Amino acid sequence: MANLTINGKPFTLDVEPDTPLLWAIRENAGLTGTKYGCGIAQCGACTVHLDGVAMRSCGISVSEAEGKQITTIEGLASGNTLHKVQEAWIAQDVPQCGYCQSGMIMAVAALLNEKPKPTDADIDEAITNICRCGTFQQVREAIHTIASA
Amino acid sequence: MNKHISPRLNRRAFVIGTAAVGAGLAIGLDLPFGGPAVVRAADGSPEIGAWVVVRPDDTVVIRIARSEMGQGSLTGLAQLVAEELECDWTKVTTEYPTPGQSVARKRVWGDFSTGGSRGIRSSQDYVRKGGATARVMLIQAAADAWKVPASECRAQNSVITHTPSGRTTTYGKVAEAAAKLTPPADVKLKDPKDWKLIGKGVNRLDTVDKTTGAMIYGVDVKLPGMLNAAIKDCPVFGGKLKSFDEAKIANMKGVKKVVRVGDTAVAVVADTWWHAKTALEALPIVWDEGDNAKVSSESIAKWLAEGLDNAQPAYVGNKNGDAKAAIAGAAKKVEAVYSYPYQNHATMEPMNATALYTADRCEVWCGTQNGEAAFAAVLEASGLPAEKCDVHKVMLGGGFGRRGQTDYVRQAVMIAKQMPGTPIKLLWSREEDMAHGRYHPITQCKMTGAFDANNNLIALHYRLSGQSILFSLRPEALQNGMDPAAFQGVAQSGEAAFGYSVPNLLVEHAMRNPHVPPGFWRGVNVNHNAIYMECFMDELAHAAGQDPLEFRRKLMGNHPKHLAVLNAVAEKIGWTTPAPQGVYRGIAQVMGYGSYVAGAAEISVTEGSKIKVHRIVASTDPGYVVNPAQVERQVAGSFVYGLSALFYGGCTVKGGKIEETNFDTYNSMRINEMPKVEAVMVPSGGFWGGVGEPTIGVAAPAVLNAYFAATGKRIRHVPLRDQNITFA
Repeated sequence: MANLTINGKPFTLDVEPDTPLLWAIRENAGLTGTKYGCGIAQCGACTVHLDGVAMRSCGISVSEAEGKQITTIEGLASGNTLHKVQEAWIAQDVPQCGYCQSGMIMAVAALLNEKPKPTDADIDEAITNICRCGTFQQVREAIHTIASA
Repeated sequence: MNKHISPRLNRRAFVIGTAAVGAGLAIGLDLPFGGPAVVRAADGSPEIGAWVVVRPDDTVVIRIARSEMGQGSLTGLAQLVAEELECDWTKVTTEYPTPGQSVARKRVWGDFSTGGSRGIRSSQDYVRKGGATARVMLIQAAADAWKVPASECRAQNSVITHTPSGRTTTYGKVAEAAAKLTPPADVKLKDPKDWKLIGKGVNRLDTVDKTTGAMIYGVDVKLPGMLNAAIKDCPVFGGKLKSFDEAKIANMKGVKKVVRVGDTAVAVVADTWWHAKTALEALPIVWDEGDNAKVSSESIAKWLAEGLDNAQPAYVGNKNGDAKAAIAGAAKKVEAVYSYPYQNHATMEPMNATALYTADRCEVWCGTQNGEAAFAAVLEASGLPAEKCDVHKVMLGGGFGRRGQTDYVRQAVMIAKQMPGTPIKLLWSREEDMAHGRYHPITQCKMTGAFDANNNLIALHYRLSGQSILFSLRPEALQNGMDPAAFQGVAQSGEAAFGYSVPNLLVEHAMRNPHVPPGFWRGVNVNHNAIYMECFMDELAHAAGQDPLEFRRKLMGNHPKHLAVLNAVAEKIGWTTPAPQGVYRGIAQVMGYGSYVAGAAEISVTEGSKIKVHRIVASTDPGYVVNPAQVERQVAGSFVYGLSALFYGGCTVKGGKIEETNFDTYNSMRINEMPKVEAVMVPSGGFWGGVGEPTIGVAAPAVLNAYFAATGKRIRHVPLRDQNITFA
């Protein structure tokens, strides 16, 4: 059993303590916006926020996540108001296949929390998610659009 | 906000043939390529329901047969239909018909296959006619109601106007009446100069759900009572499953069943995938690896190298003059050997499919690039007839050619068949996905160029040795044993024609098929052919003491479209003006998938081996550009895919298995390594080319030629990681 707080809501999940947070989120909490890509914290498709910090949920056990505020892509918007990153993503038409974009958006949201006006170098350092479609150009442009708003 | 209706998972909600039609209009049409005539109901009246549905609230649902996997053709195809339909674009949504519905209606939606950059180019004619047919019928219905000639009415933005009287109505109001009309036998398509929506970079129709986590990919499918399966197939291709000791994992949490999947694989079915995967890893498995366990990258390379010997048999793909004789008598010769490795598609979403089998029905939910091939796989694996099967397509987390194959669909059905009545979601681990790809084929190429005394190129011998995709996947497409697709980019004519005129030319392929299964990997044979040819063209230019651009231009007089895209990148990158201090340029061009493309790169190199790509310019002539914003993204994405393969890719073979099993050993470019791609559109009109793949051909050679300009060193083998060359 694990007691998790996901998107502000309490979840009591029937999982072993070493279950990766990713799978507890997807299979036990039923929130499938967070994606499985590699399982070894390389690709970033499973990025969520733990107490506001972007983390790769495939590499964190549920026991490590207990007591922390977990935010997934489904919890990024405030009610019906999309997060500014989601709005920018829609305006700039960033996603291609979209599979990596939940993780990409979560990573960018965390970066902008920390640095509201990131430089290209900040982006290069903080955004290390793999996108096989190659949306990097739109990702960068969308971040700068948000920063200059 | 336009919103793509995600393919829904409730089967009843997804019966589009009846439910949606009941709410409005669905219009069938003749397929122009030998398909069925207008689909008719049993009583002989025209059945309604193919490409367009108009709801009473004026919402237009456009049916899309091809698959969306990020390339944007769902939006592009909708633009094509909407252009002719003259509907309100802000009220357009899309919907996938199922392959089963299509087959039941004599393939009214045509080909579902989404590969070969064919999504737009090979369906543009009939989907535009689908839109035009609907427009004609809607106008006729309005004219009938007003008792005026249809010729006095026009439609724009879903509003029909009777011009003389000024009366108006909307599509939604006349849809029911229009549905009862006989579709016109023939419709006239707009002149391209009158297009309003085609050519506009409108936003994609499927973006919102991709930003909120709501989009459903195959991996996200949920069905009541569903169980999850993890699978291991024999890691040596061609090997078999000998035995497994399921007693060892029987008591592990969540495990429901351990099943054999054909002769080669074993799967664990559990309550969650995490439990299934954990138990599978603990399962003792004995493989019968067979003779292929002796194969290695080294043994394959040796075998391919033997094929470079002119004494070995080879298929001739393109020829004029007598290249061998001209080379033998030439004043100067240049020869080089290149190679290109296996590559995994590495879609972000690993292969998966969800199957529900009962004694009299089998349905599958999956991402697929070929709905009809997946449907055929379901029929075969289930043993049930077409009317008892169907495939429900969901969004693909990347395809790149991998999801045109149906191995994962077949496996899901084979597992589900052993647990009738229980929906089974089969998901491959990343490791399984990497180990069981359908890899970019492995090849080597020996090229020989010969000059006369005035440094004119008089002969070129292009000798390819290596794997044929068609031999493995579509042997019926071989021509007397020859794989015509092997010559993509260096072919005499057609959609991937060679862009140079050389008086004596010999292009040939010594086919050698190792046991590693090849597949259609974005760009397919254009990739290596463009790298080989364009890097060697650079070598020839330097050997002749000529500028690489000028050298090419002299050979391209008979290939104006190839030349135009090359000139476009040269101009944009400023080829004739000096590059910034320490920055060097490379250039390349190729034709593939009916489009002409060229690329140019500006790079700097530090410590001889650290490459920074500063700038990329890429030009495309696809004939017509349907959505320039999406074409730009395909062009930039092709560079990311092509340069990832160049720098980080390459799958090696040891003990008959693929060695790279995750992104730690098969890496992919990140944002810090990728410069902005400046895409230049030079559509010349009059033809329809694809855009998803051709540009990948010029990505690597543009950078490799720039590397030579910077260092004087020629790189002839991919990937660069093997040669300790990295991104700066």
